[in-house]
Amino acid sequence: MKSKGTRYLALPYIVWMCGFIVIPLLLVLYYGLTDRSGTFTFDNVRKIMLAENFRPLYLAMGLSAVSTLLCFLIAFPLALILRSRKVGKGSFVAFLFILPMWMNSLLRILAWQTLLERKGVINGILSSLHLPEQHLINTPAAIVLGMVYDFLPFMILPIYNTLIKIDDNTINAAYDLGAGFRETLLRIILPLSVPGIVSGVTMVFVPTLTTFAISNMLGGGKVFLIGNVIEQEFMLNSNWNLGSGLSLILMVFIIMSMALLSRYDNGEDAIL
Amino acid sequence: MVPQTLRGFYELEKALIDLQGITKSFDGEVILDDLNLSILENSFVTLLGPSGCGKTTTLRIIGGFEKPDKGRVFFEGKDITNVPPNKRQLNTVFQKYALFPHMNIADNIAFGLRIKKKPENYIRDKIKYALKLVNLDGYENRSVESLSGGQQQRIAIARAIVNEPRLLLLDEPLGALDLKLRQEMQYELIRLKNELGITFIYVTHDQEEALTMSDYVVVMNQGYIQQAGTPEQIYNEPENAFVADFIGDSNIVPGVMLKDRLVRIFGADFHCVDSGFGENKPVDVVIRPEDVEILPPDDPKGILHGRMSHIIFKGEMYEMECTSSDGFEWLIHSTEMHEPGKEVALYVKPSNIQIMNKPASEDEEAIGVEE
Repeated sequence: MKSKGTRYLALPYIVWMCGFIVIPLLLVLYYGLTDRSGTFTFDNVRKIMLAENFRPLYLAMGLSAVSTLLCFLIAFPLALILRSRKVGKGSFVAFLFILPMWMNSLLRILAWQTLLERKGVINGILSSLHLPEQHLINTPAAIVLGMVYDFLPFMILPIYNTLIKIDDNTINAAYDLGAGFRETLLRIILPLSVPGIVSGVTMVFVPTLTTFAISNMLGGGKVFLIGNVIEQEFMLNSNWNLGSGLSLILMVFIIMSMALLSRYDNGEDAIL
Repeated sequence: MVPQTLRGFYELEKALIDLQGITKSFDGEVILDDLNLSILENSFVTLLGPSGCGKTTTLRIIGGFEKPDKGRVFFEGKDITNVPPNKRQLNTVFQKYALFPHMNIADNIAFGLRIKKKPENYIRDKIKYALKLVNLDGYENRSVESLSGGQQQRIAIARAIVNEPRLLLLDEPLGALDLKLRQEMQYELIRLKNELGITFIYVTHDQEEALTMSDYVVVMNQGYIQQAGTPEQIYNEPENAFVADFIGDSNIVPGVMLKDRLVRIFGADFHCVDSGFGENKPVDVVIRPEDVEILPPDDPKGILHGRMSHIIFKGEMYEMECTSSDGFEWLIHSTEMHEPGKEVALYVKPSNIQIMNKPASEDEEAIGVEE
């Protein structure tokens, strides 16, 4: 009786998953592997080999890898500091870092646009100090800045969550056995936080690889990522087939990088 | 009257650890107040007390995980108060074992040796030796979570002793084990201590464990040392009501020391062996339940008279209560059964009566018995 009841409980989720995940994916697969007339073809997928499509993919991988690395380098020490605080204070500091997540991400990127613009806030301050104005916006660096700023909390939270689960005495035991801070960090704390790091990397790498909004707003159309190419095919050229074909390629890259990551994760406490 | 030092006690021998005037408070609450303690090389010393008495804090200060607000820690006469834990010649066995979950048993045990950059074949031999010592030969490649609590505890001990520490600190290491396993591990620890010849400082709230294993017991309460001595001294000659109450069951009754070797309890005069309290001095008297002898009511040896009121069978003996004519309920342990309602006479041998000073000042009152 009970098992029947629980089976029906899952029904809404199954309907949801079919309607909003499986069917759209199948549609992408269909469009990606057909031409406008509906005949089966690999042309759309093969077009990734064209420089105009390949270079944005290459650039997107590079920028999102750099952003992910930067996020990790900022987030890990921060999460360590948060962990070492007593609960009350720590959670307030954690709250400060999570706070930006409650704001629309586009709005936050828009704010950076205002700051970085040629006649923006930063250059305004520089010129009032009689310093040379800097070319800030529409550079890969500006996009990386936006990516790091936007996705940093997604790196901090999972790492912090695994760090607070490490027993104080496990760390004390390492010191007790003669390890200094560096050795304790490398041999105990870092290996034990791998599940959190894997989650964090996933949660930063995937959205930064596919973003088109950040590169639109901070790249000013001059820095073209794979996300922008796909968006353009759908919105501007109305070529759903090519857009879907390139999306499939992107998906393959994401699945490959996830598979690579999962080898480092014993799959216990990871969020994803 | 509250002794706070063992120094006189150990006068002629060499102290391995010497705590001098240790004071520590957390968030304004004083945990340790001017604590002085010397611990002899090669002894098994137990810090015993209820939770919050400061015993774990004392251990953590020796281990280097806490810094005292005031006072110094000496290791063989060398001040190590500011030496970090990784530079101290001692190792700790933590309460919940604290094994490294991402390493197998061999890597756990090897951790300290690898940090010290010992050669791998030396490490391999050491692991083998340590596993044999804790009766877990062949467990090298097992994972931490595949081991039971008792086995994890042994690995934690093995991980500590391969480093050949001078001093091993054990923080309630048997607390999470069930009774049978705990008793086995108690013998194991005594054996290890004798085989290795290292000094053990053991923290527990279990008085039986403390009496069973230790050479010396330090009874603590509310940041003070209440009494320090051999298990026999602690049990047979408690120096105050707290110790008497905490170590085993006891009858603690008010009395008046009439003169040397004579004490009046509830109007009856008992001969005892204590002297030097003065005349007509109010005192506390401790009588262990197994030392109260039950006699027929007309026995001329009987000192107090009463009526049996409760009885519980405890396996190795009966636990009984006898209400004496003044209304006090005496706790009595005996292998002989005496039915409730029976009129009896009570007798206590002079050597089984332990006289203690009443707490004199408010300060000493504060460290007294917890009901």
